[in-house]
Amino acid sequence: MSHHIIKAENIHFSYPDGTKAINGISFEIHHGESVGIIGPNGAGKSTLILQLNGFLLPTSGSFNIGGTPVTQKTKTEIRRHVGLVFQNPDDQLFMPTVFDDVAFGPLNLGLSPEAVEIKVEESLRIVGCLELKSRPSHHLSLGQKRAVSIATILAMEPDILVMDEPSSFLDNHSRREIINLLRKFHHTKIIVSHDLDLIMDVCERCIILNDGRVQADGTTKDMLLNKTLLEKNKLELPLSLQNK
Amino acid sequence: MSFNQSEFFDLGYLDYLSYKDTFIHRLDPRAKFIVTLVFIFMVISFPKHEISGLIPFLIFPVILVALADIPIKIILKKLIVVSPFALMVGIFNPMLDRKILISLFGIGISGGWISYLSIIIKFILTISSALILIATTSFPGICMAMENLGMPNIFILQLMFIYRYIFILGEEVVRTNNARELRSFGKKGYEILTAGNILGSLLLRTIDRSERIYQAMCARGFNGKINLFKKSRFLLKDFLYIILLSGFFIFLRLFPLSQFIGKMFI
Amino acid sequence: MHMADALLSPTVGLSFWAGTIATISYCARKLKNEFNDKIIPLMGVMGAFIFAGQMINFTIPATGSSGHIGGGLLLTIVLGPWAAFISIASVLFIQALFFADGGLLALGCNIWNLGIYPCFIAYPLVYKLITGSNNSNKKIMIGSILGVILGLEMGAFSVVLETVFSGITELPFLTFTSIMLPIHLLIAVVEGIVTGTIVIYVKNIQPDLFYSDNKSNNTLLNLKKVLVAMSVLALITGGMLSWFASTHPDGLEWSMGKISGREELPPKEDIFHKTLSKLQEKTAFLPDYGFKKPEMAEPEKAESEKEAWPAVSGGTSIAGILGGILTLGITILIGSVIKFFRKRSLTNTY
Ligand SMILES: Nc1ncnc2c1ncn2[C@@H]1O[C@H](COP(=O)(O)OP(=O)(O)OP(=O)(O)O)[C@@H](O)[C@H]1O
Ligand SMILES: [Mg+2]
Repeated sequence: MSHHIIKAENIHFSYPDGTKAINGISFEIHHGESVGIIGPNGAGKSTLILQLNGFLLPTSGSFNIGGTPVTQKTKTEIRRHVGLVFQNPDDQLFMPTVFDDVAFGPLNLGLSPEAVEIKVEESLRIVGCLELKSRPSHHLSLGQKRAVSIATILAMEPDILVMDEPSSFLDNHSRREIINLLRKFHHTKIIVSHDLDLIMDVCERCIILNDGRVQADGTTKDMLLNKTLLEKNKLELPLSLQNK
Repeated sequence: MSFNQSEFFDLGYLDYLSYKDTFIHRLDPRAKFIVTLVFIFMVISFPKHEISGLIPFLIFPVILVALADIPIKIILKKLIVVSPFALMVGIFNPMLDRKILISLFGIGISGGWISYLSIIIKFILTISSALILIATTSFPGICMAMENLGMPNIFILQLMFIYRYIFILGEEVVRTNNARELRSFGKKGYEILTAGNILGSLLLRTIDRSERIYQAMCARGFNGKINLFKKSRFLLKDFLYIILLSGFFIFLRLFPLSQFIGKMFI
Repeated sequence: MHMADALLSPTVGLSFWAGTIATISYCARKLKNEFNDKIIPLMGVMGAFIFAGQMINFTIPATGSSGHIGGGLLLTIVLGPWAAFISIASVLFIQALFFADGGLLALGCNIWNLGIYPCFIAYPLVYKLITGSNNSNKKIMIGSILGVILGLEMGAFSVVLETVFSGITELPFLTFTSIMLPIHLLIAVVEGIVTGTIVIYVKNIQPDLFYSDNKSNNTLLNLKKVLVAMSVLALITGGMLSWFASTHPDGLEWSMGKISGREELPPKEDIFHKTLSKLQEKTAFLPDYGFKKPEMAEPEKAESEKEAWPAVSGGTSIAGILGGILTLGITILIGSVIKFFRKRSLTNTY
């Protein structure tokens, strides 16, 4: 069996203030799969993916990534394999220039300056932003910021890509570019989004989350065509299907 | 410390200028930084009644503004905005020091007026050279220069973070201010309590943001120390820039050029 | 209130830079060894917050003018003294560059004036003492107001000292003090109230956000060390300053003079200096500027200066003025010529 599998076993999580965000979640994700996680606001999606990276540790239950349990001790190692792109690119891009930002991860991995430079250019080329290399991050458009955010994670060479809301705030054109980009990747992907059309285009499998529980788990086609299931979870049919 | 909305936009403008591509912009930040410091130091080292010795120093900002293609307007505007303190403190000189030092065409000029004029010239020189430095050097470049010159890593990181987030938080406040302006019917500032609460909530959001940034840093292998990528390209031209200009400033400091030029005509 | 390059003598400027750099390095080491990494992004955005916060103007009651937060004490309350000092230093560094507030040489003074007092005096000795462990709203408010007052007043007083020591202005010590302190008292009270309001607002929502001493266990001890180190530094600096002030009107002027052989002569000069000045009379382009040094205002000193400098005459000063005007003209001409050719070469390329 491939070691890139993600296994969640009966996860529960409460925030320090007592909010129960996750109430018993279990699932398995296999190598190369691309999985969409959808659900209404407050469903627990962001909370769930923060745990994949050890930023939050389950109150009970366990995550297992490639055979390694996610714990306080292993989280640094886990983060090399799981690349997490945060929802807001302004939080994701914290260095003054695009180059410095993409170089941040490789430098932490201890690469030599020459290797870092190669890595940075390669990652920027993949997302189509090589010409932005020496620009300051605050001069970028939102779509560019989003693409560079993805490059910062690609430069870490993760096995699993996890993204929170990759298309929020984007205009149609930039959104389309991000979708095309995501489709190109052969990584194992987990994508959290309210943009069900994006999920349709990128993910073959989909998990519906609500009230901190898995409500449904199956192929994207089945789930996103199921109007009653969606409405039960405060979701709507993807726009591309609404008029049919 | 002071900062207002128009200064926020000026900051954006200076920042924009600093990414131009001219001969001056392409020089190594360290070279520009060092030359600026030598310049300021030489200017400040003149005694308080000096005027003629200071004037040749104007050549430096003037040539730089021209070569680096910086609109002179922004430099003048900033000079006027920040001038009050130096001018106010200096104005006491003519009032207190009335001893006539020189007479020109029969009009006596007191030491106070001379030292006041000297303060104004020093002010123009020092402030404009600092502004030109930032208008010709990208801020990340300046950070690198400081790091290479031995400032502590954490101080450099501070500068980088502030630079990165000043634009984001600044815009947040501009939106708040604009929303308020729509409803305030021309009243100027906020009530003190309102200001406190607005700032309080901005502070909370800022701290939350730092938490998310920290997570983003950890997600990319941050382990307590940020390694900066050193792009060191200190070329011969940078070296020459330092040597020639510093030498020129020291020459101007020691050799009264104005006197010399004046003498040729008398 | 920012100290400005133009009012500063190199000696004072450099002394304060020395003190400031020493403190920054000390704080940096402290943070590296004793603090959680989380402080790094927190400090960064807090610095940006201070800028953004200063764009919120509030009306100062009964005066019709408006004010904004300075933020020194607020930063210290959130970050603790060590981190706050570095944060303040970087905020001021950016202001000195982008807004030309003060200038680069005066930056050392400004970091000192706006950083040392809130971080290492007002916060531990006023704010912390008043609020203690049970921080009721009332205590926070009183602590903030008094803390900001102490911090700002000490800073303002520092500006006076730095200006007077520099000797570029004629403003007498007492007059300057009596102008600066009352102005800053009013500013400080208002800023103190706003600071207090912010802290109370945040405390009510998230009480555990603020810096507390037990995050670094031996702050008080460290604080003592810093205070001792600072006093020693201040003494050395002060000693240096007064030595320069008493022997030479201006340290650098004196040393530059030595290098160039154009030193203003102290009253009791030796043969060496006499010959030097004789020599200079003969070298045509090295006369003094024709302006009398004000430090030599007393008659007998002025006498000796006259003897030493026969070059002092209306002629040289007129030469200076004429030369100055000509130089200015040439400078502007060179500038416009460069601009002209740049424009042309640009339009040619398109
Ligand atoms: N830091 C926190 N402290 C306490 N409760 C929190 C915190 N963050 C989130 N929660 C709560 O946990 C629950 C799940 O939140 P989460 O952010 O995971 O939802 P989400 O599915 O990502 O929603 P959205 O679609 O709006 O992003 C919500 O009830 C939320 O209020
Ligand atoms: Mg979310």
